[in-house]
Amino acid sequence: MPTVLLPRSLVSLFPGAPRRCEVEAASVAEAIDRLDEVAPGMRNRLLDAGPSIRRHINVYVDGAPASLATPLGPDSVVHVIPAVSGG
Amino acid sequence: MTRSLLLVGTTKGAFVFDGDGARRKWSLRGPLCDGWPIHDLQWDPSTRSIYAGGGSVWYGPAVFRSVDLGETWTHSSEGLTYGDDGPKIPTVWNVTPAHGSIFAGVEPAGLFRSDDGGATWRHVEGLREHPSRPGWQPGAGGLICHTIVPHPTDPERMWIAISAVGTFATEDGGTTWEARNRGVLACFAPDPHPETGQCVHKLVMAAGQPDRFYQQNHCGVYRSKDGGHQWEDISAGLVSEFGFVMGAHPRDPATGWVIPLSHPEEGRTAPGGALGVWRTRDGGDSWERHGDGLPQENAFVGVFREAMAVDRLDPVGIFFGTSTGTLYGSVDEGESWSVVAANLPPIWGVEAVVLD
Repeated sequence: MPTVLLPRSLVSLFPGAPRRCEVEAASVAEAIDRLDEVAPGMRNRLLDAGPSIRRHINVYVDGAPASLATPLGPDSVVHVIPAVSGG
Repeated sequence: MTRSLLLVGTTKGAFVFDGDGARRKWSLRGPLCDGWPIHDLQWDPSTRSIYAGGGSVWYGPAVFRSVDLGETWTHSSEGLTYGDDGPKIPTVWNVTPAHGSIFAGVEPAGLFRSDDGGATWRHVEGLREHPSRPGWQPGAGGLICHTIVPHPTDPERMWIAISAVGTFATEDGGTTWEARNRGVLACFAPDPHPETGQCVHKLVMAAGQPDRFYQQNHCGVYRSKDGGHQWEDISAGLVSEFGFVMGAHPRDPATGWVIPLSHPEEGRTAPGGALGVWRTRDGGDSWERHGDGLPQENAFVGVFREAMAVDRLDPVGIFFGTSTGTLYGSVDEGESWSVVAANLPPIWGVEAVVLD
């Protein structure tokens, strides 16, 4: 199953949520849906209207920039990383 | 014995101050809400909950809730959206409990309602269906619904304020809204007397008189005696017409406080570097300045629109926070001041809570 790695600032909003999850998903969008089942509300934290990945959230699949439609393989690694932004 | 709390929203999270009975000593807890930028915190006495509204540059808008005086928090933005085809909502500017519901004002300007303690939200669509909406323009802080004033007994009636659009009122529970800006100057506009387009900064209701209002506007301080249908300029005597905050006395409808700031094109800070709170005891006919305990030189600080709070004790306590992270308090109705806390992040919102 694909593995999703989540940032500390995200999982801290969901007590008990793990930094590393294995999810049954064939795309980034599906992976986020699975995360929302583990931690209800997480989808809203990652996605904006559209739906689209929030502007200052970066998602990478196997090291490459990804979108919601990016497919996942059984060994894919998904990194969710807050942009280096803010003051 | 009463217990006082101060709820403080900042650019780097929320803080809760626990006060002693005299409101002289305060201990700080925070940063809370995971360090999110928090515009506004409010206390809901009916559920003994704290609500906090804000938005993260990474994770979007949310309303946080604590049912244990700020020790633990939950959050939600479920339904806090204009839909997939609508504009994106970056942050919440105001949270206001009323009649068993929670209301949230957001950017871009709109109103949301929760009937389940903030777990889910629904858009109060009537406000954005107002015919003036295509012409709504943002102020320097954005196009924001920053003030929500519910009627104390009638859930069908509510007033809201939008920068830089003006005051609106509903008398049918939010289905339809009426602009109420007559008499308020849009001093920056080619037409200084439009139906909408006024830059209201803060709207408060007078104690015990739900048709009597005061507002601090970009272009002066105003009062209304008829629910906002007609406004009258009461800026005469103030050092500046410009400011953001306004506080109303909890029992005396003729008493209120403002903090005038320098001209909007000249810094929007304490005029001449001297920080003062101005009080009226006669409904705005006259004003008196109080600066005892506040810095009177080289204090080029601002005070943002949600950053003043008035408690309900006697004498009334008043608290305000600055753009430079200092929280001031007065326990003699604004005549003398002391520092509650310094070196906080820039302060956006202050709320005073008295627990029985």
